[in-house]
Amino acid sequence: MKKRIGLVLSVLFAAGTLLSACGQAGNNAGGGNQKDTFSVAMVTDVGGIDDKSFNQSAWEGLQKFGKDNGLEKGRGGYDYLQSSSDADYATNLNKLVRSDFDLIFGIGYLMGDAVKEVAKQNPKKHFAIVDTVVDEPNVASITFKEHEGSFLVGVVAGLMTKTNKIGFVGGMEIPLIEKFESGFRAGVKAVNPKATVEVQYAGAFDQADKGKAIASSMYASGIDIIYHAAGATGNGVFSEAKDLKKKDPNREIWVIGVDKDQAPEGEVKVGGKTYNVTLTSMVKRVDVAVYDTAKRAKEGDFPGGKTIEYGLPENGVGIAPTQDNIPENVLKTVDEWKQKIIKGEVKVPTNRKEYEQFAATIK
Amino acid sequence: MKSNRLQQFLIPLLAVLLGMIAGSIVMLASGYNPIAGFGALVYGAFGDTYYIGETIRQTTPYILTGLAVAFAFRTGLFNIGVEGQLIVGWLAAVWVGVSFDLPKIIHLPLALLAAALAGALWGLIPGVLKAYLKVHEVIITIMMNYIALHVTNAIIRSVLSDEGFKSKPVKESASLHSDFFDAITHHSTMHYGIFIAVAAAFVMWFLLERTTKGFELRAVGFNQHASQYAGMNVRANIILAMVISGAFAGVAGAMEGLGTFGNISTKAGFTGLGFDGIAVALIGGNNAFGILLSALLFGALKVGALEMPSSAGVPTELVDIIIALIIFFVASSYMIRWLLSRWQKGAE
Repeated sequence: MKKRIGLVLSVLFAAGTLLSACGQAGNNAGGGNQKDTFSVAMVTDVGGIDDKSFNQSAWEGLQKFGKDNGLEKGRGGYDYLQSSSDADYATNLNKLVRSDFDLIFGIGYLMGDAVKEVAKQNPKKHFAIVDTVVDEPNVASITFKEHEGSFLVGVVAGLMTKTNKIGFVGGMEIPLIEKFESGFRAGVKAVNPKATVEVQYAGAFDQADKGKAIASSMYASGIDIIYHAAGATGNGVFSEAKDLKKKDPNREIWVIGVDKDQAPEGEVKVGGKTYNVTLTSMVKRVDVAVYDTAKRAKEGDFPGGKTIEYGLPENGVGIAPTQDNIPENVLKTVDEWKQKIIKGEVKVPTNRKEYEQFAATIK
Repeated sequence: MKSNRLQQFLIPLLAVLLGMIAGSIVMLASGYNPIAGFGALVYGAFGDTYYIGETIRQTTPYILTGLAVAFAFRTGLFNIGVEGQLIVGWLAAVWVGVSFDLPKIIHLPLALLAAALAGALWGLIPGVLKAYLKVHEVIITIMMNYIALHVTNAIIRSVLSDEGFKSKPVKESASLHSDFFDAITHHSTMHYGIFIAVAAAFVMWFLLERTTKGFELRAVGFNQHASQYAGMNVRANIILAMVISGAFAGVAGAMEGLGTFGNISTKAGFTGLGFDGIAVALIGGNNAFGILLSALLFGALKVGALEMPSSAGVPTELVDIIIALIIFFVASSYMIRWLLSRWQKGAE
């Protein structure tokens, strides 16, 4: 019997040594042959790489950059790491630093602290953060004027609501999402002061079930258009709208998507006919911003310590190209407002206080 | 006797190996290289000092949540509320950490104490309800988790920040941050909390195995009626067990609040540390020393798993399955014990 246990033990040890040796060998190989090319990677927040919005858009930007520059996915090329909890942010960023990527993106407002800390510890590395500002010389901050884009979809909602009841579903109640909320409400107010906007926060960016529950109660209360700024939570809003559409194809209910053109999320087939519950989307070109920043870094023009803001003129935010559900005259009004914002005739509020001031100017 | 000891040591190892074999089959079936996959796992957990630091950091709260669950188990209670007790402990530690200006020698222990007390309070409520009204602790503790989560979020928003989503960082005098560990582990987030966690394991062992009160607590766990007949106060012991269990969980929260994060932010959902603590306790055989080892296993799996997608290309979802398989086999070590005994009988 002892012999057998001895045998098992030695097999175990052998396996252990073998495995750890492999790990190290793999790593060394990865670390050795990459110095000649530019490599770039990103860390997602908890929404995950396939959130159909924010993180996915960033990854599409990186993939495009990789393809255009002949890079391969993985170490020494372009890659991503996914965070399953906020404890993973710093670990994942550090992992990428240690894998020797030339530029590392932190995707999302919530990752600000982690990026700041890791950037301080690695002053020679280049980082970029999307959606918030990190004041370090080796970090490029990318922000968007989400309020301006949200204003435009607010105009659409204000003009197209039949019940004069509109909903807004936010992810977490943080200043970033307040920009979406305030801009959207201002847009509605500007074209349809009679309409009310009900605002609810799900408290998370990754819980589609909560999004579905909120959407269900909103639609039941007579709201006919919901704008969501809730990442993967918003997928629940879509699934509720589609369920309702399946039950009653004639009911006019809409979702306004966010970050990406979310028209594909809204498609629903009822009795051989295809409907789409996506009215339009407020696109935020995270992909463009990620691409641009990676390109600049590759060309030796890394905007470290600077904040780059993408707004309407830069086409960093705006209304999605899919506009099939919107009539011509509404689109015309949207364009008029867009020009007004670009010219600076209208100042779109970025938070609730500014919204109150804005609302006071409209009767 | 000697071979029994050896077996106790061998069975968990064998279980891990079986889990890895099952994981390999999954990886092979999905077209990934299991050797590269597990190589990445091991490398990501112990590959160099940075990863070792991260693994120890992750192990720290697991030890404490494992102890919390195990302590309740040993006294016949099932504390599912470790998660909630951890969150209130985290909040209390950070609250004390940001609100006072005290010398470190007072401030840090005070913050830890606050965390323990908050966790204890969160354990006291289900304890009292169980002892006096016979309400099952599982139901109460599950509900207490939600109360903890949402109350904590509300307090972070309204009291600890100005309608924001996170508190200020705790003062240096209350922080567990270690410049020494930072330096030797290349900026990992490892902190001094590991000493507290190991000390807590010793405290639990001493309390349960070497004191009269511990004997009483265990006796109540074995048989309430017999204990009562023997003149023990069953109600008081149930309450005490939940309070101590909650205190361990609260200190686990302090590890996150004073060490890993240095602040607290609003949470969309549970951290999972408390629920994983149940598995840590079970795999560790509800024994203080066993928990140290099983917490290390969990910490290593958790941190090492992050490496699998990047260097072996295994998708995150598959990594979750593989980790779950390993835990499954470790948890079902009874099956292995049975097989082993059959095998031995056959050989003799």
